[in-house]
Amino acid sequence: MKDLCVQHITSAVEDLVRSACFDLAPGAYELMENAAKNETNDTASFALKTLCDNAKLASERKIPVCQDTGMAIIFAEIGQEVHFTGGSFVDAVNEGIRRGYRENHLRNSVLDPITRKNTGDNTPAIIHTSLVSGDKVKLTLLPKGFGSENMSKLYMLTPAAGVEGVMDKVVEAVSLAGSNPCPPIIVGVGIGGTADHAMLLAKKALLRDVGVRSTDPELRKMEETLLRRINDLGIGAQGFGGNATALEVRIEKYPTHIAALPVGISIQCNAHRLAKTEVI
Amino acid sequence: MIKKITLPIKDEDILGLRAGDAVLLTGKMLTGRDAAHKRMTESIAKGDLPFEIKGQTIYYVGPCPAKEGAVIGSCGPTTSYRMDPYAPTLMDNGLKAMIGKGKRGKEVTDAIVRNKCVYFAAIGGAGAMYSERVKKAKVIAYDDLGTEAVRELWVEDFPAIVAIDSKGNCIYNR
Repeated sequence: MKDLCVQHITSAVEDLVRSACFDLAPGAYELMENAAKNETNDTASFALKTLCDNAKLASERKIPVCQDTGMAIIFAEIGQEVHFTGGSFVDAVNEGIRRGYRENHLRNSVLDPITRKNTGDNTPAIIHTSLVSGDKVKLTLLPKGFGSENMSKLYMLTPAAGVEGVMDKVVEAVSLAGSNPCPPIIVGVGIGGTADHAMLLAKKALLRDVGVRSTDPELRKMEETLLRRINDLGIGAQGFGGNATALEVRIEKYPTHIAALPVGISIQCNAHRLAKTEVI
Repeated sequence: MIKKITLPIKDEDILGLRAGDAVLLTGKMLTGRDAAHKRMTESIAKGDLPFEIKGQTIYYVGPCPAKEGAVIGSCGPTTSYRMDPYAPTLMDNGLKAMIGKGKRGKEVTDAIVRNKCVYFAAIGGAGAMYSERVKKAKVIAYDDLGTEAVRELWVEDFPAIVAIDSKGNCIYNR
């Protein structure tokens, strides 16, 4: 066993908040810049150039890229040799979120769903933990804006729908979302498992590094086909038309039940913010 | 060519705008999003709206807190359709322009045409840039709503696209 004081988790989470909110995820700027170069629709091209300029300005002057600094989603891969000391892991994560949002002047967007009363410090975070081998803790922060989150979809298809049916639903979801999720978007797709697991896989697909394709040849082919089909919809940057509706499509899969074909879809906006770290 | 528009917006300027036009807005606007819209329409029903809505422009935004020395924090547009249940009432009571992002419902487009209003799309995701175009900001109502409070902003060269013009033409339907 290796003792790890949860204070280290708090400071690591605070650092993740800072690095996520002022800068786009590595490679995301280049994707947008490339889309701007290839866009022939004048209005969409104006939007893409504005977004590139905005990302540079945000990084230089330490202003949040987007005012929707999100609900904080933390994915923690915890080595099973780790023994936490000094308090609760969940409390430590939330303390890191609290400090990070306060110290960096980020927006508190979290409230009670019934009373609509704001919690005042952007906690609680959504925390997904998984046990892995080893004695390290890997933390990933996805501060998720809700213009895009509100466009999430779950389809419980029948096995008869097949691969084509899955792809039709992904295209349908993006088409229904239209301009709302702030295109150009990244589309995360989770196929299989249960209803909740398909949604989790879709969200996990958004954690991939920019430019990384599926290692599964079938999924890779589906990612390419879907990206082409989505960009043929003509929604374009901000919904102004043109080719840049999606920058990437990423698919994850998991075995499912003989009766089922669950498809979860999670959409990331153009302000793709994501930070990762390892606590040793 | 980018059209320069002064706020409060004049009727003749609204009539001259067409869906797809790029504009730079300079002048005074109000802010309001989900919670403020609910309160505004409740106040209008009771006849005690705490500020003048006639001739105004409302920007759908919930800004980040201002850091030391800044006027405002990051402040790009939020998605507009959530304000659709309230927007026709506001326009029927004198609101002239809205700024947000994304499609609107038929009732909103009808109210835009009926009242000769305009709906602008700001660039979603460009909050840092917009914060630099805001020169003054103060909360004028519903302070308890925090980021959702109604603010009065003074902006200079605030970029936007005409999304729905006063004839009901829409950039998202082209």
